[in-house]
Amino acid sequence: MSARPRVERRNRIRRPIATLGRRMIDGIWRVGTMTRFFTLVLASSGTSFARFRLVMREVYFSGVLSLVIIVVSGLFIGMVLGLQGFETLQKYGATESIGVLVALSLVRELGPVVAGLLFAARAGSAITAEIGLMKVTEQLSAMDMMAVSPMARVIAPRFWAGVISMPLLSALFAAMGVFGGYVIAVVIFGVDNGAFWSQMQAAVDFRYDVLNGVVKSVVFGFAITVIATFEGYDAPPTAEGVSRATTRTVVSSALTVLALDLVLTAFMLRNQG
Amino acid sequence: MERTTIDLWFGAFVTAGFVALLVLALKVGNLGAERAADTYRVEARFDNIGGLKIRGPVRSAGVLVGRVADIRFDNERFQANVTLALDKRYAFPKDTSASILTSGLLGETYIGLDAGGDDKKLAAGDRIQITQSAVVLERLINQFLFSKAQEEPAAPAKGATAAPAPAAAAAGVAKR
Repeated sequence: MSARPRVERRNRIRRPIATLGRRMIDGIWRVGTMTRFFTLVLASSGTSFARFRLVMREVYFSGVLSLVIIVVSGLFIGMVLGLQGFETLQKYGATESIGVLVALSLVRELGPVVAGLLFAARAGSAITAEIGLMKVTEQLSAMDMMAVSPMARVIAPRFWAGVISMPLLSALFAAMGVFGGYVIAVVIFGVDNGAFWSQMQAAVDFRYDVLNGVVKSVVFGFAITVIATFEGYDAPPTAEGVSRATTRTVVSSALTVLALDLVLTAFMLRNQG
Repeated sequence: MERTTIDLWFGAFVTAGFVALLVLALKVGNLGAERAADTYRVEARFDNIGGLKIRGPVRSAGVLVGRVADIRFDNERFQANVTLALDKRYAFPKDTSASILTSGLLGETYIGLDAGGDDKKLAAGDRIQITQSAVVLERLINQFLFSKAQEEPAAPAKGATAAPAPAAAAAGVAKR
């Protein structure tokens, strides 16, 4: 009789540790599976380029339909940067530098990162839900039965569409943001138009700033679409499973984008010397 | 090939994306302003480059004429060896002098070129002989305080102490 409380107490200590361990093992397992999935996608990408129409259709769904949110939020973020920057720079009498502030922060950081987060929320979740639902309704197994590879027909086109869309969306986001900053600074606050653009051009370097931003957005595109397609493909074939997978896509791709951004920025700044 | 609406949308999206990239490159960035191929490289040695950075501007009469291409430490002379990439459109006399300047009190550090009177022009690979280092504010203040401390007992009158001190500071600046 006295053994029972002791067992319970032991369980109370053990259970959280066991859960933690299970989570970690599960996470490591996922890294392995995701890598295998990624190589499989790359291996079966040949078809999606031979039949490029499949990719174009997915670019329409994940890229073109994300245009509205990307353009509008880019404009707003540029305007907010303009307002905040103007407020601070005014204290130092350097309001002409506002172009530099807006352009550098958008081209280097905010463009790729915020566009990536929006893309993960807008397109990544849709990809996961779509693939997950295809799995639930056994469309993927049906394709397999007909000797149509779901990897080549469903997954790879969505993956490449994301990789193509991300840099374009990020560039649009940054360009709209600069325009928003221009509207606030030059049109509303009356900063000198020539100084706004010339200081910006003197400070923003094509290779170190613009191209590095493009590199970042391509990397984010790879990461987000791999996560989104994998979560959909790996989702438990239930309604709850699909909903969980969709949530996980948004959460883990947001975290991945931010973590990758830190790593990439550290590398890029070091190279700049 | 028959056309579909998807083609139109795809085309419009890709075009818009590339236009945005082009705007970032030409209007926001400096790709339109300069091309790396149209420059020639000149070297200059400085005792102290201050806060000069690679890709920093090179100005003559306030106009951007080039960029700092490379900065190295010369371990034999204990000087900074700076490579300037100057625009091919501008040629400078051989006895042009280079000095390290700052735009405004807190602005960026740049190299200012003052043209000399030589008939021969600087060619690629040449070295600018006359250079002037960056003004280090701490040294300037040290110099000022030191000279002030020296003159304190000799000239007790207030007007007399104020006059030589800026002159000493100015001597540090205008070594050329």
